[in-house]
Amino acid sequence: MSNQAISDIKRDHIINLLAKGTRTDGRSPSDIREISASVNCIESADGSARVKLGNTEVIAGVKIIPGAPFGDTPRSGVLTTGAELIPMAHQSFESGPPGEDAIELARVVDRGIRESGMVDVDELCITEGEKVWMCFIDMYALDYDGNLFDASNLAAVLALKTAMIPGTQYGLPEWDRPLPITCMPISVTSSKIGNTLILDPNFDEEHISSARLTVTTDDNGNFRAMQKGGQGSITLTELGQCLDIAVEKGKEIRETLNKIIG
Amino acid sequence: MSGHTDMVLVDENGMRIDGRTATEHRPIKIEAGVLKNADGSAYVEIGKNKVLAAVYGPRECHPRHLQNPTKAIVQCKYNMQAFSVSDRKRPGTDRRSIEISKITAEALENVVLTELYPRASIDVYIEILQANAGTRCAGLTAASVALADAGIPMRDIVPAIAAGKADGHVLLDLNKEEDNYGQADVPIAIVPSTDEIVLLQMDGNMTREEFDKAISMAVNACHEVYDIQKDALKRRYSVKNEESDSDE
Repeated sequence: MSNQAISDIKRDHIINLLAKGTRTDGRSPSDIREISASVNCIESADGSARVKLGNTEVIAGVKIIPGAPFGDTPRSGVLTTGAELIPMAHQSFESGPPGEDAIELARVVDRGIRESGMVDVDELCITEGEKVWMCFIDMYALDYDGNLFDASNLAAVLALKTAMIPGTQYGLPEWDRPLPITCMPISVTSSKIGNTLILDPNFDEEHISSARLTVTTDDNGNFRAMQKGGQGSITLTELGQCLDIAVEKGKEIRETLNKIIG
Repeated sequence: MSGHTDMVLVDENGMRIDGRTATEHRPIKIEAGVLKNADGSAYVEIGKNKVLAAVYGPRECHPRHLQNPTKAIVQCKYNMQAFSVSDRKRPGTDRRSIEISKITAEALENVVLTELYPRASIDVYIEILQANAGTRCAGLTAASVALADAGIPMRDIVPAIAAGKADGHVLLDLNKEEDNYGQADVPIAIVPSTDEIVLLQMDGNMTREEFDKAISMAVNACHEVYDIQKDALKRRYSVKNEESDSDE
């Protein structure tokens, strides 16, 4: 996601507009792009969602299969999150095993889901120490116009929220039920351009920004995960602003998602 | 972060299992210039963590397509040695080490005057010899001393430390038990001259109040780590007038 050259004229244009409090697509610094999604769009997956955040598009699918638990958590289900930046989504993405950008992306989304306890893994034990439900979340960028962190978080959360445990498929019909979900972790990423913080950067904005901070909150507005990225720095005052807006926008986004799920 | 224990991590007097108060970091030992071949190196102990960092460069950038015609790039490899944890760690890079390498390089790139060395690469290698919670902070702390030891021009040195939460208390510099059975972990790194944040992660569960407390605790402690870093460099390069070592 890095090392993409943005022309000086575009950079100046973005910076000049920001000085006037607006952006190339007419948004204010704290506006996020429109969220749309189709959930359960993939029948072969146990849960799925295809999410658009402006022109950025991500699809996430959940596969739930029985498997062996980790030795230190014999009664807990297993969560695994992966992300791929496939060449279809942008000319700068190459095929092959996930690079550091894809790995960071997957791990930041994973942290929000895991640390918020969104999936109640204690409700996924089939036979203690032998068999538990393993929940694989795989995310693919389909169209990249900035802010894959928040778009992927949305796709993963919606896919999990609508996922069903495929009991019958594995001879365990008593397990046919929705995946146990406790809350919706929502990430809000702030990007720093010059000394201005903006939300939900598009491709050009993302590539002239010096630093970003992703903040994931739970339903109560408590902090569950954070990740600072980029070579720039953020001040303590800016950190406070990022936290405030993550709580505020997180609440709005959660309402939007609830409407989408219906 | 997800484990459960009956162990009391913070007693009624606010004392922790290793005898520290909430705002105390573990004993820190830093030595600069500990390896011969590397252009710069440092050894850091923070509690039971033992970490080596080495710097090569500025040198020709490999792979070449990563070269930047306007400045040097900082590349970092963070690696946990197989015997550094209680279960043997499978050698080689995993997703965790790739992520840590990435954010460490980004934090260092903030202070290195990269525009002095177009097309070059400054390579930082961090080896965790023994791990006991807080290795990414120990690694970054060591790496900045190693960069200074290599004579790389920087606008400041980066100290790093974590704050977190265990038994419901906000604590500085979690040890292994507190990290395993605690409720949150917030590693941060700052530029001490400006207090800008160059590395920040968080996982667990914290209210705004707890988080603010953790950040101010960690920022204060970063300044203490900074003093120890500077002291290590002074010890390495100070020349005593009378009985000075001839090779120093």
